[in-house]
Amino acid sequence: MLLIHCPYCEEERPEVEFAGAGEAHIDRPKDMNAMSDAEFEKFFFIRDNLKGVNYERWRHIHGCGRFFNAVRDTVSDKFLTTYKSGEKKPDPAKLKTGKGAK
Amino acid sequence: MSAQNRIKGHGLLSLAKTINFTFDGTTYQGLEGDTLASALLANGVHLAGRSFKYHRPRGILSAGPEEPNALVNIARDSTRSQPNIRATVQELYDGLVAESQNRWPSLAFDFSAINDGLAPFFPAGFYYKTFKWPPKAWDRLYEPIIRAAAGLGKSPTEADPDRYANHYAHCDVLIAGGGIAGLTAALAAAKSGKKVILCDENPNFGGAILYDNALEIDDLSATEWVEKAVAELAALENVRLLTRTTVFGYYAQNFVALAERVTEHMAEPDPALPRERLWQVRAKKVILATGAIERHLVFADNDRPGIMLASAAQKYLNQYGVAVGANVGVFTACDSAWATAFALKKAGVNIAAIVDLRDNPPLELQEKAQTCGIRILRGYTITKTTGRLRVQSITVKPVNGGTSEQIRVDALINSAGWTPSVHLFSQSRGKLKWHANRNLFLPDIYVQDCISVGACNGAFDENELIAEAQAAGNATRKKAKTIRIKNQTSWAGNAIGAAPGAGPNDMVKAFVDFQNDVTAKDIRLAVREGMHSIEHVKRFTTTGMATDQGKLSNMHGLAIAAEQLGKNLPDVGLTTFRAPYTPVTFSTIANHARGPLFDPTRKTPMHQWAVDKGAVFEDVGPWKRAWYFPKAGEDMHAAVNRECMAVREKAGMFDATTLGKIEITGADAAEFLNRLYTNPWTKLGIGRCRYGIMCREDGFIYDDGVIGRMADDRFHVTTTTGGAPRVLNHMEDYLQTEFTDLDVHLTSTSEQWAVIAVQGPLVREIIEPLVEGIDLSHEAMPHMSVREGKICGVPTRLFRMSFTGEMGFEINVPADYGESVWQAVYAQGEPKGLTPYGTEAMHVLRAEKGYIIVGQDTDGTVTPHDAGLSWAIGKAKPDFVGKRGMQRPDLVAEGRRQLVGLRTKNPKVVLEEGAQIVATPGQLIPPAIPMKMIGFVTSSYWSEALGHSIALALVEDGHSLEGDTLYVPMEDRTIEVEVTGCVFYDLDGGRLNGKN
Amino acid sequence: MRNYSVFSLAREALLGHKGWKEQWRSPEPKKSYDVIIVGAGGHGLATAYYLAREHGITNVAVIEKGWLGGGNTGRNTTIIRSNYLYDESAGIYNHAIKLWEGLSQELNYNIMFSQRGVMMLAHNVHDVQVFKRHIHANRLNGVDNAWLTPEQAKEFCPPLNISKQARYPVMGAALQRKGGTARHDAVAWGYARGASDRGVDIIQQCEVTGINRDASGNVTGVETTKGTINAKKVGVVAAGHSSVLMQMADIQMPLESFPLQALVSEPVKPIMPCVVMSNTVHAYISQSDKGELVIGAGTDQYTSYSQTGGLHILTHTLDAIVEMFPIFSRMKMLRSWGGIVDVTPDRSPILAKTPVSGLYVNCGWGTGGFKATPGSGHVFAHTIARDEPHEINAGFTLERFRNGRLIDEAAAAAVAH
Repeated sequence: MLLIHCPYCEEERPEVEFAGAGEAHIDRPKDMNAMSDAEFEKFFFIRDNLKGVNYERWRHIHGCGRFFNAVRDTVSDKFLTTYKSGEKKPDPAKLKTGKGAK
Repeated sequence: MSAQNRIKGHGLLSLAKTINFTFDGTTYQGLEGDTLASALLANGVHLAGRSFKYHRPRGILSAGPEEPNALVNIARDSTRSQPNIRATVQELYDGLVAESQNRWPSLAFDFSAINDGLAPFFPAGFYYKTFKWPPKAWDRLYEPIIRAAAGLGKSPTEADPDRYANHYAHCDVLIAGGGIAGLTAALAAAKSGKKVILCDENPNFGGAILYDNALEIDDLSATEWVEKAVAELAALENVRLLTRTTVFGYYAQNFVALAERVTEHMAEPDPALPRERLWQVRAKKVILATGAIERHLVFADNDRPGIMLASAAQKYLNQYGVAVGANVGVFTACDSAWATAFALKKAGVNIAAIVDLRDNPPLELQEKAQTCGIRILRGYTITKTTGRLRVQSITVKPVNGGTSEQIRVDALINSAGWTPSVHLFSQSRGKLKWHANRNLFLPDIYVQDCISVGACNGAFDENELIAEAQAAGNATRKKAKTIRIKNQTSWAGNAIGAAPGAGPNDMVKAFVDFQNDVTAKDIRLAVREGMHSIEHVKRFTTTGMATDQGKLSNMHGLAIAAEQLGKNLPDVGLTTFRAPYTPVTFSTIANHARGPLFDPTRKTPMHQWAVDKGAVFEDVGPWKRAWYFPKAGEDMHAAVNRECMAVREKAGMFDATTLGKIEITGADAAEFLNRLYTNPWTKLGIGRCRYGIMCREDGFIYDDGVIGRMADDRFHVTTTTGGAPRVLNHMEDYLQTEFTDLDVHLTSTSEQWAVIAVQGPLVREIIEPLVEGIDLSHEAMPHMSVREGKICGVPTRLFRMSFTGEMGFEINVPADYGESVWQAVYAQGEPKGLTPYGTEAMHVLRAEKGYIIVGQDTDGTVTPHDAGLSWAIGKAKPDFVGKRGMQRPDLVAEGRRQLVGLRTKNPKVVLEEGAQIVATPGQLIPPAIPMKMIGFVTSSYWSEALGHSIALALVEDGHSLEGDTLYVPMEDRTIEVEVTGCVFYDLDGGRLNGKN
Repeated sequence: MRNYSVFSLAREALLGHKGWKEQWRSPEPKKSYDVIIVGAGGHGLATAYYLAREHGITNVAVIEKGWLGGGNTGRNTTIIRSNYLYDESAGIYNHAIKLWEGLSQELNYNIMFSQRGVMMLAHNVHDVQVFKRHIHANRLNGVDNAWLTPEQAKEFCPPLNISKQARYPVMGAALQRKGGTARHDAVAWGYARGASDRGVDIIQQCEVTGINRDASGNVTGVETTKGTINAKKVGVVAAGHSSVLMQMADIQMPLESFPLQALVSEPVKPIMPCVVMSNTVHAYISQSDKGELVIGAGTDQYTSYSQTGGLHILTHTLDAIVEMFPIFSRMKMLRSWGGIVDVTPDRSPILAKTPVSGLYVNCGWGTGGFKATPGSGHVFAHTIARDEPHEINAGFTLERFRNGRLIDEAAAAAVAH
């Protein structure tokens, strides 16, 4: 069971309080109607699914209820950091050695 | 029977405290503090089990959890029977009843031992090569025979009445293993103020001290030192000591799972106690002090009863005062077995010889042996043993060739050296490193906050071990005090792989894995057959896959495979260690989650009323919903017909509390709904309701429900029963991450409102006297409107809406008042014929009107258009979730399945839900499989109101097929149906307004 | 190839089993092949085998990062069934069942296909409706699947608890008698032996690090830890790592990889006569020939390549097992492990050509790929050999995520794969 730092509650809580919510930083286009079928496919179905550092969403569903983002290594399952939704994508190169690395 | 092998003056048990137990029907006497194994040995019983494949007689091999042979069934009663219990771990209690396994008719004479004679025909993996003909014979003939022969014990056959507990804990330092290293680390950590949990799988702390009691620490005997350390720890508030507790799993981020056996050692378990307790510990730091396990030597016929590990013999002597034989042979490659020999000799046991594979064992050991008068055979190996149910002799031979000699023994102890227990370290995903000079895999790279100390880290010397443990436990910079060690036992010397005499050209059975009957030559065969990775070798031979999970066999298997491949040992790979360290009962993990606690049951406030009325319930997600209310003598069909007719003719009441409810507030609430539902919401007037459809981006129906506008900035949203959590999550997701520009708040109110649906021509006059502050007249409160007021003096949100086609109200009241309002309404209406109805009647009534149920008439592949709900799509809206998705090519293509009504040509025939529909009956004559299916029945009922059956179905291009005849091929007949619209009853909808 | 039979076994018994040869060769890779299959799991090896056997394409390499059969083939709970709803799914899984039925003989390798029946439990009215829909569709597709009452289910599987007092009482079951289990390792080994014997090179301990293309974008081969290996056609069959490999050819996949855990109990004498699955109570269980109860859990909720998962996932599974089979409460978990499953949005596989000429992909089997092994390999070999899909896998395209023609067994059925 992972320990996840909720950036809103500002504490680590066990994974059972959270719901995984898939890849992060996939923005819903402002003009959905202008999307081609290929663009819709990319938006709705295509996923990076990276082996290594991945950006993903979580929801502190049995806590504050907030959605937030995380950077996690999918090989070690270690979180590099978590951050509030809407915040900029952190640079993983800085995270590995910097704060948040564990 | 008396215990003839108990030696006075040895061991820690009191000879006065005798208890009785039975093994295979014979009653024996043991002592308090015995294990089943030590008590059996005390009575001269070595034969304790049969092997898995060849059914060879097997004795007690070890004195710990690594035991592969002595597995027994222990039953307290018929409901408390447990197979595969290691006799070496099971503590004896008065009246214990144990039975041997995997033998018939008896342990001493096992019919299946014929397999042993046929062993040449059953090499590793033999079953892959045969049993292929005739083709059908595998699962009918061969497999049942193999299955019956396999397996060890017997599964329990009755439900388990015992209770299991669960405990979550946090600590600064969790220490696995309470030997000298673990105790030292615990003392250091505790004294530096850390919150410590120290656990050990044994009933007592002490680890290796339990067999090697010659050691002196700080001028105390090892046993005294352990007692003192434990007492010191027990007195500290920041220390929790857990014995009989195995650390079995090491998961991510120092999440560690422990299994505590609470009552397994008690003759009469205290009913207040759980049988076992699961500990789930989140530790800031984990100290692994798991010690090492002695390996056996791999030589010819090394599996006879009476042949055992040297350390085990020493533990039986020093802990339990039991001599494992009267004339014991010693076969070793490691110094520590010499110490065992000396201890046995001192206790009066004759040592027939010490056979050491090494040419030059340490001189001081040789001198000591000579002093004791023990014969030494240096550079010798054992090439043969005899004795069917107990070893009788060994045949020794110089490693470099020479003359063989047979030596009589009644037990043989052996040691190939020590394997550090790196299981938990490996589970923590740490990386091991091979140390060729010592033949050891030792922890190298740590990936969690964890450290290994002592023997599991390769520190076989107590000085080194204690220094490591102090350093690991001590959180301060204070220098640890020096501890004086005397009388150490050397663990130097080792052997891995097959001993001389069991080499590639020797046709002997030299067992690597006892339980699974894997010999050195099986491993060589696997390599010859192309199994070049240890994972292949393991799977092909099953070595290391028995209940001991290779604790004794892994290193030998690896070494033999490496030798056969001509590779270095680490290049063959090391199998991954997986949880659990030792087997854990299912219930220790499943714990309380049984019966009603398996999953919480959700009940509405009116549940008990329905129970009292004799309702039959159905499970809908976690909810128990009243399915129907049978009266005396009624079956389901009769009850449902009656309930339906009551609604159509008079009035019915229905508990709709389980529907999900979400309060949506804020200035942009209407805009939020515009984006989340297919319908338009801006113009919905205050006090009005609308049926809404929700899609995901893919354009398929996700949920539906009626939404009422309470105020300009406030909506009361309802969802399906099952959909409530996921709809709220879906809304929150969009609100928090996509539509962050909107001023909207979402609150789940599912638990706050109890909902009483009253439906039928008489409902207005029934509830009118109970309602305050709301004009219920049609003009003041038309269909699809909502008002706030009071009912029975309780605040209510009263919806005028219908899921039956009749005039209807849904009375929302605060959940605490649900039952009392329900009762008041019932009391008011019952004289007028108000009838409670359940979910089944609700389904019939809504189907008669063609109202869909999401999840039944739709299935995640149905668009609003497919469901005939195009009218509910706000075509003028620039965007909503699902709008783009439902324009994708396949979603607008011809031939989509569309929702239609079906009427059977024979009105009495009720179709089966899920039945498939075909276009032409000709497909049946002759029966042509596969048949082209064009749809299926989603809902189907007998309509008492209409006097015929009705059905809804999804049919390809169904909307254009109205009036056509289609066919439903059943197993025994084909049913003709006519395609109709979805509405069967009250086509113009007049009854919604109370008009007939 | 040395024939395996009771006679060869007996002969070898007298000779100390010294005469057995390697079941497959372990050659060094050649410079080039006609076809490279990436991934020596069951599906990849079967593909190579059928390329050689059915299409005469024997100049084939199967390249494996670890050891053959060591991925999901060697980690799954070996359940085989074909009672899927949609025509496409019924088509491919039933194709597989037909091949399973003769596979031991065909491969001259006992893969221990045991048609002991797969029983899926219904616990509520919705389950009943869904299962009936399957049963009717299966019947018209020629797939066996029968409805059982709770009492019949109990008769078929005596350890099952059908008490009305259970938290989720059993309301009935769908039984596919032709379903069952097979020995997973033997499937990989049998195909490896058959393929190797027909000339296929199986290159283990060799990781593919790149997919090479020429100027016009056609596949020319792969980069590996053992150097460049050329081929005009490359089939990626690397369950769990499909996204990673396809990214080497700049193709983003509609896949997510999740940890899937399983466990076995200590071995006991025969007690579970069949496979039992429950989606509502959420677990599946059978008993191996060795006597272990083989139990499958759900996936963890996050993507991962770690082949491990959380204890709480196994806990839920054992909760469910003990709820359905209270007699197994005192049985002991002996070993647990994890695999990586790649999951498509519609929970159906992709067996198809790709936008890159010469590159083919077989992936997305989620938690249920083992059962399809022979059928998947057979039609994927056809797809590679003919450069067009077999009619059986024609629907399992990549394009379906663009045009919306999904094969959504999960949405349609809410039934575990």
